[in-house]
Amino acid sequence: MSEVVLELKGLSKAFGALVVTDRVDLDLRRGECHALIGPNGAGKSTLIHQISGLLKPDAGRIAFEGRDVTGLSQAERAVAGLGRSFQITSILPEFTVLDNVALAAQMRAGSSMRFFARADREEPLNRAAQEALNRVGLGDRAGIVAGELAYGEKRLVELAIAIAGKPRALLLDEPMAGMGRAESESLTETLLELKAQYPMLLIEHDMEAVFRLADRVSVLVAGAIVASGTPDEVRADPKARAAYLGDDHIEGAA
Amino acid sequence: MTSQADPQATTASPRAPLVIAGLLFAVLAAIPLLSELWGGAWLTSLAVRAMILAIVAISLDLLMGHGGMVSFGHSAFVAIGAYACGIMLTEGVYEMALILPVAIAAAGLFALASGAICLRTSGVSFIMITLAFGQMVYFALGSLAQYGADDGLTLWSGPDFLGTRWLNSDMGVYITVFAVLLGTWALVHRIVQSRFGRVLRAARQNPTRVASMGYSVFRYRLTAYVIAGIIAAIAGVLWATHAAFVSPSLGAWQRSGDLIVMVVLGGMATRNGALVGALFFILIEETLSAITHDWRLIFGPLLVLIALYARGGLVGLLDRIRGPA
Repeated sequence: MSEVVLELKGLSKAFGALVVTDRVDLDLRRGECHALIGPNGAGKSTLIHQISGLLKPDAGRIAFEGRDVTGLSQAERAVAGLGRSFQITSILPEFTVLDNVALAAQMRAGSSMRFFARADREEPLNRAAQEALNRVGLGDRAGIVAGELAYGEKRLVELAIAIAGKPRALLLDEPMAGMGRAESESLTETLLELKAQYPMLLIEHDMEAVFRLADRVSVLVAGAIVASGTPDEVRADPKARAAYLGDDHIEGAA
Repeated sequence: MTSQADPQATTASPRAPLVIAGLLFAVLAAIPLLSELWGGAWLTSLAVRAMILAIVAISLDLLMGHGGMVSFGHSAFVAIGAYACGIMLTEGVYEMALILPVAIAAAGLFALASGAICLRTSGVSFIMITLAFGQMVYFALGSLAQYGADDGLTLWSGPDFLGTRWLNSDMGVYITVFAVLLGTWALVHRIVQSRFGRVLRAARQNPTRVASMGYSVFRYRLTAYVIAGIIAAIAGVLWATHAAFVSPSLGAWQRSGDLIVMVVLGGMATRNGALVGALFFILIEETLSAITHDWRLIFGPLLVLIALYARGGLVGLLDRIRGPA
C-alpha cells in the first residue's frame, strides 16, 4: 500500500447544534484519486474547507505528509503543498487569465515582497502560467480578462490556479459543478492526466466522472463517513445505496 | 457594465494616461513662472497645497483603490508627519535630514501598530476603526500643551536642507514639493505593478483565493498600510514646511473624508485618478469659496452628479469623452 499523503483523524465540527463533520477519519495516498460523495448538505465542502484551512475544526487533527497542519493558516497550508479549487468559482475577475495563474506561480518563485519590477513582465512566471493553462486546455485564452470568460472556462481557471502553485496534493471541490456534458467529459480527461502527478481528494456529484476517476470512494452522510472502499465496493454497499446513491442512480451511472 | 468596458478602453490606448500626467505636471511646473504674471504668491501657495494633498491622495489610493482598504483616518498620518517636523523645529532641530527620518519612523510605527489592529477587520468595521485611530491622534495632538494644544504651533523658522536654506525660500519649497509629487506618482505606480502590488490588487478582488494560493493577505495589506502612512507623513512634513504652522485639525476626520472624496472623484485605482481628483478638489474649493461662503452647498450636488454619471471618476469621464480610440 502506497504512502499516505493526507490523513484526517477524528475531525469534528459543529455550527451550533448542527453537526457538519462527525469524527471523520479519512486518508489520501500517493498516486490515487479519493472521491468524496454524498447528498447535498452532507458536509463535503465544509470538510474541504477544514482541510484547506478556511474553517477551523472543533476537534481532531489533519496531517499532511507526516506533518500536523491543523494549526496552520490557509496560506501556510498552501505553501506546504495543499492546492485547492472552489465549488463556487473563485478567481480574480479583473485580472487576465494569465495573471490569475501567474500569481499562483509567483508564490513558488521567491519573495513576493518585491516592490519595483513589473510582475507581468516576469517571463518565468508567465511561462509557468502558460504551461498550467495549456494543461487544462485554456492555452489560447491567456490574454482575456478572467471575468469575461464563459462559465465552464472559469472553472478551468480554478484548476490552472491550483496546479500552478505546484501543489503536492489537490483538493477539488466539485470541479464539474454546473458544467455541460461535453465540458465535464473533457475535464475528466484532464483530471485523469493530472492524477498521475497529484494525489486528489475529489468532491463531485457527476457519478460518471467519479467512477472513472476514483480509486477509492467514501460516502459522507450528515457529516459522517458511512461507507468507504473501491468504487465497486461502494456501489455494492447497501448503506451507501440507501443513504445516497439510490438504485436507479447507480445503474444509470454504471 | 461600464466598468467592464473600462480596462479595454485603457489597454487600447496605454499612452493616454501618460499624456494627461505630462500635461498636468507641465502646468504645475509652469505655475511659478505664471504667477509672475498673474496670481503671485497666492497662486503658488495654492498649487503647493494642491500638490501636497495630491501626494496624500495618491498614497490613499494605494490603500483604497488598489488594496480595497477604505481608511477614514489617513489624515492622521499627515498630522504625525507635520507634528514631527513642528516639534523638532520648536526643539531646535532644524536639519531636514534628521526631521524626515523621525517623521517616517513615527508614522511607520504608528501604521504598523494601528494597522495590525485595523486589519483584523474589514468593510465598515475597518472604516470605523481607522476613524477611531485617526481621532485618537487628533485628540492626542490637541492635548500637547507645550506645543500649542488645540491652537496649534507656529513655526518661526523653516527646516534646513543639508545645511542650506533651500526650504526657506518659496521656490525651494515649490520645487521640492513638485519633485516629491512626481516621485510619489511614479513610485506608487511601480509598486502597484510589482509582485507586491499584484498580490495586493488580487487580495482586493478575492482575499480567500489569494490566501488559498499561499499568500498571507494580512502581511501584504499591513505593508501597504505602512507604505501609505509613510508617504502621507512625508506630505505632512512638507505641509509644515510650507505653512510654517501645524495644528491638530490637520488630522481631523473631515480631512480624511476630503481625501476619500478626492480619490473617488478622480477615479480609484487609475494611473492619474488621485492626482486629478486632488487638483480638481482644491480648484473647485478655491473657486466656489470665492463665490460663496457656503461653497459645499454647490460642491455637494456636483459630487452627486459625478458619482452618478462619471463612474470611474473624472479620469473615467475623460476616457469616455475621448471615445473609443
